[in-house]
Amino acid sequence: MKLSVLSGKGGTGKTLITVNLASVAEDSVYIDCDVEEPNAYLFFEPKSFKEDIVAVKSPRVDINLCSACKKCLEFCNFNALAYIKDKLLVFQELCHSCGACSILCPDKAITETDRPIGRVMVCQTSPKAPVSLYTGFLDPGEASGVPIINRLFDEAKNEADKDIFIDCPPGSSCLVMDSIKEADYCILVAEPTIFGVHNLAMVYDLVRLLKKPHGVVLNKCVEGENPVEAFCQDRGIKVLARIPFDKKLGEISSNAGIAAMEDKKYHEFFLSLLRIVKEELGCERATYPKR
Amino acid sequence: MKIAIPVDENNMDTRVSVSYGRAPYFLIYDIESEKASFVENRAAVSRGGAGIIAAQLIADSKVQALLTPRLGQNAADVLSAADIKVYKARPTLAKDNIKAFIDGELSQLEEVHPGFHGGR
Repeated sequence: MKLSVLSGKGGTGKTLITVNLASVAEDSVYIDCDVEEPNAYLFFEPKSFKEDIVAVKSPRVDINLCSACKKCLEFCNFNALAYIKDKLLVFQELCHSCGACSILCPDKAITETDRPIGRVMVCQTSPKAPVSLYTGFLDPGEASGVPIINRLFDEAKNEADKDIFIDCPPGSSCLVMDSIKEADYCILVAEPTIFGVHNLAMVYDLVRLLKKPHGVVLNKCVEGENPVEAFCQDRGIKVLARIPFDKKLGEISSNAGIAAMEDKKYHEFFLSLLRIVKEELGCERATYPKR
Repeated sequence: MKIAIPVDENNMDTRVSVSYGRAPYFLIYDIESEKASFVENRAAVSRGGAGIIAAQLIADSKVQALLTPRLGQNAADVLSAADIKVYKARPTLAKDNIKAFIDGELSQLEEVHPGFHGGR
């Protein structure tokens, strides 16, 4: 089972839920796709890991070979090239590493080289909770973490028979789309405010667009009206669980603790959430046989 | 000397466009011969990097100065490589800006914004 946890904004509780679910599941895999600010490793305290650089292809120009035909400029879909005063300028942050310029160049003036943009870490075991952790780090200033997320999924390929928990970046951008593309089920996390409804609507649209089975976890629930609850009711979205606004839960997380490991009540809570998701998945599999 | 201005319409009564990279046309004006021509900005509809192709277009038009209300960092890099000076245009008619430029009333554009790159 591959389960992605996402939300329309940061700080809703994605990592809280993913960390706790992965902890109560047996022999689980955790992929932290929030490569701009990964933090799951803080909870699992991995002791041993394997690290690797992630690089993307980047055009390198030998201007002595260039005959100024500008074919590369015309073809580049992202306008990452400019030819000014006998020089070919490359805008790295716009380049999507498609390689077309190097293939098209009749003068063989453009070749592709590796440009590092970050790294991935594969953490073998953790003493606190038996989880295999895959986490990526995008270098500051780099525009897109998509290659790092793809690499994380590549690295975790041989774990496909295990339960895989995917902690997504906030929002509904390309990074999130790549983080849920392999998911069998998506948990949408939402806060009980009008702003929370707006953020939920963004990820709700995304999971429907990608035809992903999904349910909502309401976090930080307090007494009284919850606009997110109404939103879910109106659209017939399944509410999987309601996490109370609990100071203790906040304190455990702030100290990099895992509530399900420290508190029996929360162990039960997340175990029950995991069961509900698995049941949902069973139903959904019957509804969507071909995916 | 030739100058370029991002404009809304392809006639001499046009206003300066509020956008640079997404302006529909560039007015290319030759100060000595007083001849004007309009270049369609193919960057206007591009998905990204509009500032860069617009700057390429301007550089290929062999102008020495650009009059624009605003400019992004990537475009500024291309224009600087092409030795094209950038002046701050006023939000009025293009011809008023041409006159102001000839009279030396326009100052060089100091502020460059980092661009609006998103949706990747």
